[in-house]
Amino acid sequence: MAVEKSYAEINEKIKKGTAVVVTAEEIIDIVQEKGMEKTVREVDVVTTGTFGTMCSSGAFLNFGHSKPRIKMNKAYLNGVPAYAGMAAVDVYIGASALPESDPDNRVYPGRFLYGGGHVIEDLVAGKDVKLEAFGYGTDCYPRRHIESLITLDDINDAILFNPRNAYQNYGVAVNASDRTIYTYMGVLKPKLGNASFSTSGQLSPLLNDPYYQTIGVGTRIFLGGGCGYVAWHGTQHNPSVARGENGVPLDGSGTLALIGDLKQMSPQWLRGVSYVGYGVSMAVGIGIPIPILNEEILRYCMVTDADIYSTIADYSTAYPQRDDGELGRVSYAELRSGEINIQGKKVPTTPLSSYIKAREIARILKNWITDGGFLLTEPVQALPSTDAGISLNNLEEKKNNR
Amino acid sequence: MVANKFVLRFSSTLVEQPILYNLVKDYDLIINVLKADINPHKEGYVVLELSGDSENYNGGLEYLKGIGVDVTPLSGTIFWSKDRCLQCGACTSFCPSGALFMTSEREVCFDDSRCIVCESCLDVCMARAVEVSF
Repeated sequence: MAVEKSYAEINEKIKKGTAVVVTAEEIIDIVQEKGMEKTVREVDVVTTGTFGTMCSSGAFLNFGHSKPRIKMNKAYLNGVPAYAGMAAVDVYIGASALPESDPDNRVYPGRFLYGGGHVIEDLVAGKDVKLEAFGYGTDCYPRRHIESLITLDDINDAILFNPRNAYQNYGVAVNASDRTIYTYMGVLKPKLGNASFSTSGQLSPLLNDPYYQTIGVGTRIFLGGGCGYVAWHGTQHNPSVARGENGVPLDGSGTLALIGDLKQMSPQWLRGVSYVGYGVSMAVGIGIPIPILNEEILRYCMVTDADIYSTIADYSTAYPQRDDGELGRVSYAELRSGEINIQGKKVPTTPLSSYIKAREIARILKNWITDGGFLLTEPVQALPSTDAGISLNNLEEKKNNR
Repeated sequence: MVANKFVLRFSSTLVEQPILYNLVKDYDLIINVLKADINPHKEGYVVLELSGDSENYNGGLEYLKGIGVDVTPLSGTIFWSKDRCLQCGACTSFCPSGALFMTSEREVCFDDSRCIVCESCLDVCMARAVEVSF
């Protein structure tokens, strides 16, 4: 009879310390060895992991009130502007925010040494961060300016809220032009000099659950070294992209919006990054458990780098101009070999997300669950899947006479 | 045979002397210059590999120090921070000498003896984990 397990059954085992938890990498060999039927009965949870740059990230902060009070309408953390268009002392610091004094690409390519991602890393590391804020003065909030130092411990709330993380697959970037280009996919050498790729492939959360059968709103996860949750589907979530026969999307598709308490997190798993010629961002560590409820869910977790394909795009013309046109597809196994073949040319590959850190996250999450301190949550709502009829809209320019 | 890479720093009074010529002629050393520059104050540096038999090698280094050249092993001027490194491996596809490389376990490592100080890694490292101090 086909195995069907419930979240409650698996959680009972976790509480008793008898749950069998393996990583998305380990499960591949286990199924090879034991077969599907035995594995689906024995293994309760598969843990996934990813650690890479995720620009749509940031944190809501509440500083508490100064005496006299101020309603901040401009706020800076270590010189990096935070969005203050909310209540008096609430701000949102975005990972890709730059100081107004940054020379950006005026001296090309810019260095982008410090920005929002670095502010978040410094906060999580417990460092003093300089806060400067301006208000226009009201009867209830008379103060117009404040300068102070804050730490993560001092402030009331620090909530990491990332509107788009954990992309389910992502394209491979190359440069067909005759000059070096500087992109969010890193430095791309001319004439197909290298091909950069992201995602942790066979370890990546949404590549192990391609139709979002277990990962949904409310799923408890590893986020930045602490415990977080899936808040919603991420922005630009697009389950409708072309998929292989195994259900795995062939290009960037599903995404997750994630939330968690920044005060629990670690600078090891939230790191400010600088992309020369492009800007700043933040590397985010994410791990998501997948309950092995039945054979179908297990089958998706068996995916290997050889089964996951990605689409190659030219970032010198087609991508920036939003033109169609791709240069073929390659598997992650080929990408990880260090060299791929594009139109007969051997092209070295440039990884942008860390495979061994992804593996480390999957192992940490495995330990959390095995130790009984991390229970699985059943989604309160499923993410939109292939049947949701989603197609992404483009921004078209319209005549504006206002 | 001994071979090592060094950064030599020259004051303005030394910069016009034929020091490398003397190393070859008097100490029979093999010199491979990787990088060199002179600033507007006429101070300069040379990054080079010195090799020769140990007596000549030591003699050559003594000569350099004796005339006032600051001699620092290259490993003391290039610093790769394992803590800063995010382990993505992007640098390994840009490093021309294999000094930054990935193991079969996909761990990023740095072998400073292979570094030729081209500085390609500085721009491509998103974590800015490599620092060069000259």
